[in-house]
Amino acid sequence: MNTLSESLALAAGLVTHFDVHLVDIVLLSLRVSLTATFFAACLGLPLGAAIAVGQFPGRGALIVVLNAMMGLPPVVVGLVVYLLLSRAGPLGSFGLLFTPGAMVVAQTILITPIVAALARQTVSDAWAEYREQLTSLGAGTYRAAMTLLWDTRFSLATVLLAGFGRAIAEVGAVMIVGGNINGVTRVMTTTIALETSKGDLPLALALGLVLIAIVVLLNSAAHATRGWAKARFG
Amino acid sequence: MAEPVTGLPIELRKVAAAPGGVPVLAGIDLVVAAGGRTVLLGPNGAGKSTLLRVLHGLIPPSGGSIKWGDATSRPFGQAMVFQRPVMLRRSAAENVRYALDLAGVRGADADARIDEALDEVGLRALADRPARVLSGGEQQKLAFARVWALRPEVLFLDEPTASLDPAAARSVEQIISDIHARGTTIVMTTHNLVQAKRMADDVLFLHAGRVTERTPAREFFTMPRSIEAAAFLEGERI
Repeated sequence: MNTLSESLALAAGLVTHFDVHLVDIVLLSLRVSLTATFFAACLGLPLGAAIAVGQFPGRGALIVVLNAMMGLPPVVVGLVVYLLLSRAGPLGSFGLLFTPGAMVVAQTILITPIVAALARQTVSDAWAEYREQLTSLGAGTYRAAMTLLWDTRFSLATVLLAGFGRAIAEVGAVMIVGGNINGVTRVMTTTIALETSKGDLPLALALGLVLIAIVVLLNSAAHATRGWAKARFG
Repeated sequence: MAEPVTGLPIELRKVAAAPGGVPVLAGIDLVVAAGGRTVLLGPNGAGKSTLLRVLHGLIPPSGGSIKWGDATSRPFGQAMVFQRPVMLRRSAAENVRYALDLAGVRGADADARIDEALDEVGLRALADRPARVLSGGEQQKLAFARVWALRPEVLFLDEPTASLDPAAARSVEQIISDIHARGTTIVMTTHNLVQAKRMADDVLFLHAGRVTERTPAREFFTMPRSIEAAAFLEGERI
């Protein structure tokens, strides 16, 4: 009990004084997860839209697989990326293992299915509403997909936030492929895991607070954006 | 003023349609020639909306054949207004521009047509308003502005005034008349017999997925040729 209150006080001190060590860790976390979200958006949004609008054999199975992949265990993704990037692995020559780059790769693999599956659902719903009108106006499949992506942009922003939330909060994949090297690949979640096991609770708690604050802040922003967009654009 | 496209006449031969696997239309023989205003009448479930969609190329026939002029695939030069318009999340003017862009009309020509179309339907003042926050009636007028700008050869209307109040319905009817006056062939469905009398040159009566008669409007309302149409008109009078 005493430990908790003392640790909380120390943690609050670290946060309010912008402790350099803490700030570095937070910034690396943000950099890695935002980059992963960017790549997941580039891959997942077009993929989701293509599956939503396109008609091709195996589409139903693909949707099932995609939805199932939303639940990929981070440690398994970490393991696979580790094997791919390790010296003896097929992509070993890039020398990415134990770098932030490797962490970006792992998180991108982890959240691209989430972004694609949620985008697929969002665009499908819109397609059901727009289909006849767009077809009537002469829009082909590609044009329709692009139009729908743009028209559902506010919902898709929430989809990206869901992906980002998953990326920044996961620990298993970045721990394995990043190696949790101090000052190089140590992010919020891996630090929390390490410091907790070492017994250094203030830093772990401080990072926990920051992590929760980021997640809450992002979701509030998403909520506000959607409300504004609904009122502004219908 | 309609663009020179040769998607007319539309000829249906023994057309059947089964959207979603449910048989709706069977044995439809029909020619839609240029210039007229044809109103599809019939009870709910008769297949009016499905027939419109087949004519517009939205639903492929499950049997028989359809030709638009000499073409077997839907040509440009057609437009359709649905019972509930679908607007994109962009301004009213940009919604018209989107349709023109798909039809290959861009630049200054598009700008001019957008202004003209919004003027025609009385939405010029709302050009920059997001389309989806317009009222139902305004959105339907915007759908007609889209059509006005496209200058189609044929226009299909699926109960275009069904969800509008009487005033909005009358102004939409006026817009339809204006579009027709520019040389566009009109094919529409309606549940409103008074509107059908006002708008129709000829009436196509559908019952249980078949065309029971096609009659000049004046005749149809006084002396329908088919038993089904007579019963329908009788029922509507009560």
